[in-house]
Amino acid sequence: MSSITINGQTHALPDDPRTTLLDFMHQHLQLFGAKKGCDHGQCGACTVLVDGERMNSCLLLTFQLAEKSVTTIEGLSNGEELHPLQQAFIDNDAFQCGFCTSGQICSGVAAQQELKKNRPSTLWFDPNHTKTEDLKERLSGNLCRCGAYPHIIDAVSSTDDSQEVK
Amino acid sequence: MKPFAVFPLHKKHDLVQVESFEHSRFLAGGTNLVDLMKHQIESPDQIIDLSGFEQAYDITDSEQQVTIGTMVSNTELADYAYQQPGLSLLSQALLAGATVQLRNRATTGGNLLQRTRCYYFYDTTRPCNKRKPGSGCAAINGFNRNHAILGTSEHCIASHPSDMATAMTALDATVHTCNANGETRQIPVRELYRLPGDTPHIETHLGADELITAVSIDKTPRGTHIYQKVRDRSSYAFALVSVACTMQVKDGIISDINLAFGGVGSQPWHAQAAEEYLRGKSATTELFEHAADVELSSAKGSGYNDFKIPMLKRTLVHVLTQASEHQNQHPEHEGAIYAR
Repeated sequence: MSSITINGQTHALPDDPRTTLLDFMHQHLQLFGAKKGCDHGQCGACTVLVDGERMNSCLLLTFQLAEKSVTTIEGLSNGEELHPLQQAFIDNDAFQCGFCTSGQICSGVAAQQELKKNRPSTLWFDPNHTKTEDLKERLSGNLCRCGAYPHIIDAVSSTDDSQEVK
Repeated sequence: MKPFAVFPLHKKHDLVQVESFEHSRFLAGGTNLVDLMKHQIESPDQIIDLSGFEQAYDITDSEQQVTIGTMVSNTELADYAYQQPGLSLLSQALLAGATVQLRNRATTGGNLLQRTRCYYFYDTTRPCNKRKPGSGCAAINGFNRNHAILGTSEHCIASHPSDMATAMTALDATVHTCNANGETRQIPVRELYRLPGDTPHIETHLGADELITAVSIDKTPRGTHIYQKVRDRSSYAFALVSVACTMQVKDGIISDINLAFGGVGSQPWHAQAAEEYLRGKSATTELFEHAADVELSSAKGSGYNDFKIPMLKRTLVHVLTQASEHQNQHPEHEGAIYAR
């Protein structure tokens, strides 16, 4: 039987092919870390990592993810020990209501990996861009209705050990 | 979302086993189709799942061309095209679209076949000839800020939203397909789409059983590449206007030019009239303005999108000026203008 691995645990795929990964996690696995904001791929609150690549879990039909490995916010920490970016969000006061935070952190973790892999952004065609603008562009798929963006950028920047973009 | 059956496709010849293509949809990454199914704008009885279509995940590079499998993600293609100056227009366009989360999932074939973001197409309480043929068009006399000014009809003014397809139109890409009888064909992307006319619900020349398997782009020197996108915010927004351009200038004369527009056409708009007007002439601002007028002579605003006509003209003149100046300074330059 086809299966999916989520945070190291293997699960059988749901019977109903309409089940999105987000609904599967919420309704079948009681994993509520990824949030349902818009449910249309616009807000980024449901962002998870699929084989290390960030995606909107609300737009993924689970049946398409056979043999894939998913990491959610619950899978980033090591027991009680927070992921460095989770700690950076606390240290930088990078959330207010907290609803977007799990998506922001998953996205930030992936963005740092993408920078290490030297993946381009659209600003790499703009000779006047700054590293902060590049990071904002990379994180634009995660909305924060409280407007905590400056602190979110500070948090992600504080744990970024990639090479200078510019 | 309505219930549907799933047909897993592993190779293109599996198409022959599909019993019926009526009320079926091919599902690749799903970033558009799954959303449309949630809105019940699309309600297929059967999904032909391409996630196991293993032949379609590769980019192959030959001496003459690059062939991109239909399931190659927008991220992978943008990364690849960034490293290849001859394809860098494509990277610039892809990276200007959507977000990393969406580009990681969206595919090459799916991007070409994404549907319009016309508000009334999405609003199932309003008439829309594209969603429900014959019901009328709420956009023509409605709020039509993001709508098309080129290639429209009295039945539909929806714009095609793709940045990638606009760059592929400029690069004269070829779409490779296969149908249920095993017949393959190659269609220039410039001929893939249909004007809306009185059948805006039929958007391409593909048959119901015809699957895009790959897209190829010839390796031809094209000079300087520029993709300029104008939008309401600087990230994660569809184009109000975009211009994809490649230009070669020799001794002040435009020897080769490819132009396509995004956000303004009912399809990714191949600016053929402007190309013909510019080719072989001396690159001057006056010439660029005339070329814009030639291409825009058939442009028609619908009220809220009237601004797109002067905006497209200014954007085009800006891009042509930038490309020709760069070619004058660096006559051998190939590809996009990189920042680093």
